[in-house]
Amino acid sequence: MTARAALGRIGVHLAAILLALWVLIPIYFITLAAFSTQESVYQYPKALLPTDLSTDTMSFFLHSEGIVPSLQRSVIVALLTLVISLGIGTPAGYALARFSFRGADTFRLSVVGTRAFPIVILSIPLAVTFVRWGIDDTVYGVAFAHTALALPFAVLVTSSVFAGISVELEEAAMTLGCSRASAIARVILPLALPGLAAAAIFVFIISWNEVFAAAILTLQHRTLPAQVLAVLNASPLPFKFAGGFFLLAPSLIVILIIRKYLFNMWGRVVK
Amino acid sequence: MASVAQPAAQARRARRWEGLPYWLVLPTLAYLVIFFAWPTIQAFGLAFREDGVWTLDAFDTMVNDLRFKEALRVTLILIVVIIPLQFALAVAMALLVNAQLRARGFFLYVFLLPLAISDLAAGIVWSSIFTERGYLNTVLEKLGIIDTPYIWLDFQKESLLLFTIVVAEIWRSTALLMIILVAGLQGIPKEFNEAAGVFGAGFWQRLWHVTLPMLKPSIQVALLLRVILAFEVFATVIAIAGEGTTTLAAEAYRWENTNQDENVAAAYASLILVLSLVSAGIILRFLRTRKEQLLR
Repeated sequence: MTARAALGRIGVHLAAILLALWVLIPIYFITLAAFSTQESVYQYPKALLPTDLSTDTMSFFLHSEGIVPSLQRSVIVALLTLVISLGIGTPAGYALARFSFRGADTFRLSVVGTRAFPIVILSIPLAVTFVRWGIDDTVYGVAFAHTALALPFAVLVTSSVFAGISVELEEAAMTLGCSRASAIARVILPLALPGLAAAAIFVFIISWNEVFAAAILTLQHRTLPAQVLAVLNASPLPFKFAGGFFLLAPSLIVILIIRKYLFNMWGRVVK
Repeated sequence: MASVAQPAAQARRARRWEGLPYWLVLPTLAYLVIFFAWPTIQAFGLAFREDGVWTLDAFDTMVNDLRFKEALRVTLILIVVIIPLQFALAVAMALLVNAQLRARGFFLYVFLLPLAISDLAAGIVWSSIFTERGYLNTVLEKLGIIDTPYIWLDFQKESLLLFTIVVAEIWRSTALLMIILVAGLQGIPKEFNEAAGVFGAGFWQRLWHVTLPMLKPSIQVALLLRVILAFEVFATVIAIAGEGTTTLAAEAYRWENTNQDENVAAAYASLILVLSLVSAGIILRFLRTRKEQLLR
C-alpha cells in the first residue's frame, strides 16, 4: 500500500514535470532564438543550447523601422487603459462590494455578461465612430477600445478586493470620526493597494497583448503588436523571433507578481 | 434638543448615502453603453445598411467570397478539436496543482504563464518551432527520426497546417481553463472524495462521479469563455499559417484593413457575434446546473 502510494506520488510529480516542460520548452526556444546571432537564426540544424549568445538579433528588431515609436505607443495605450479602467471601475467595484442596492445584481450580471461577447468585433464599428470623433489612428482610440475590454474585468476584480477587506474596519474608522471618504482613503485603500496593483498589472497586460482592435483602429500610428502583425509575413526570421520574444517577455514577470491574486480574481469572476 | 436633532440628521445623511452606489456605478455603466452596447448595435447597422438603405449586400459579398467557407469551416474545426483536448489537459493540470506537489508554487507559476502571453506572441513562438529550419525539425533530426527537414507549414496540406495551429492554441489558452477549474476544485469539500475513497472508489471513479459533477458550474463558465474566445481566433493563425488558411476573425480583419470594406467586415463581426451567442446558449442548456446540484 505504502509502496503504491509512493509510486503514485512519483507519477504525479513526473506528470507535473512533463506538463511544465510542455509550457517551458517553447519559451526556451524563442528566448534562445532571440538571443543568438542573426546567422544562427538562419542556421539549420539549430543549436539547442545557448552556445552563441548575442544581443545582435534583439537589437536588429529594436532598430527596425517603426518599432521604437510603436513600443512607446503601446506603453502609453496600456497606461491610459489602466488609468481609465481603474479610475471608473474601482468606484463601481467598491459599490458592488459594500452596498446592496436595487439593481446591483443586474449590474453585476451585465458586467459579467460583457465577457460573453466577442469584444474584438466592436472595433469595426468603433473605427467608424472614431473617424467622426477625430481620434482615429490615435493612442486614445485604441485605449478607449482596450478599456471596453478591461473595464468589466477591473470592476469584478476590484469588487473582490474590497469584499476581502472587513467592512468593520471602515465602520470603526467612521465611528472614530472619519468621514466615509477619509475612512476609505486612510484605512481601506492602503489595505486594498496590493490587490488593486495586481488588477492594474493585469489590465496593463490585457492592453499590451491586444492586437485585433489595435490593428483595426490604427494605420500609421500602430501599437507594437499591430506593428509586428502588419509586417510579420514580410519580415526576416530574426525580426520575427526577437519580436515574438519581446511581446512575450512581460508575461514572465507579470505572472510572477500577480499569481497569488489570479485565483481570487477568477474565483470571483466565476461566481 | 441635540438628542432630537441627531436622529433627523442621521436620517438625512443615510438618505444621502442611498444614492451613493448609483453614482459609483454610473461611470462604468455609461462607459459600457457608449463603448460596448452602442457599437454592438452599430455593427449590425453597418452590416445591414449601406448609404441609408437596408440591404443584404454585405452578407452577399461575404458568403460569395472565396475564403468565406474556408474561414467558417476552419474556425469551427479549431473549436471542435481544440476545446475537448485542452479541457482534458486543463483538468490534469488543475488536479496536479491541487495534489500535494513539491514545489507547487513553481508548477503553478509555469502552468499560469501562458495566461499573459498574447495570441500573436504564441503564434510566433510556435512558428519558430514548426518552420522548416526550425526547432522541431532540429530536434527530430538530432534524434535521428528524420534526415531532411520536414515541411510542417505546407499550404497544400490543410490538416497539417491546422494541426500546428491546434498545438499553438492549446499551448496558449489552456491556462485560462485551468485557473477556473482550480478555483472550482478549491470549493469541493475534501470529505466528498475521502468518503468515496472509503467506499472503494478508485481515482477515475472519483474523478468521474465526484469531482467532475461538483465542478460543473466552473466547467460551464470555463467552456463559455473558451468557446467565445475561440470564435475570435486570429493572430495565432496569421503568425503560423500566413495566407495559408483563414478564420472568421482573420477575414473581418482582412476586409477592414486590406479591402477597406467596413460593411463586409461588420457582416463578419455580426456573424461571429451570433455564432458566439448561439454556442453560449447551447452550453448553458446542456450543462444546466440545477440549484440542488450546486449545493452552495
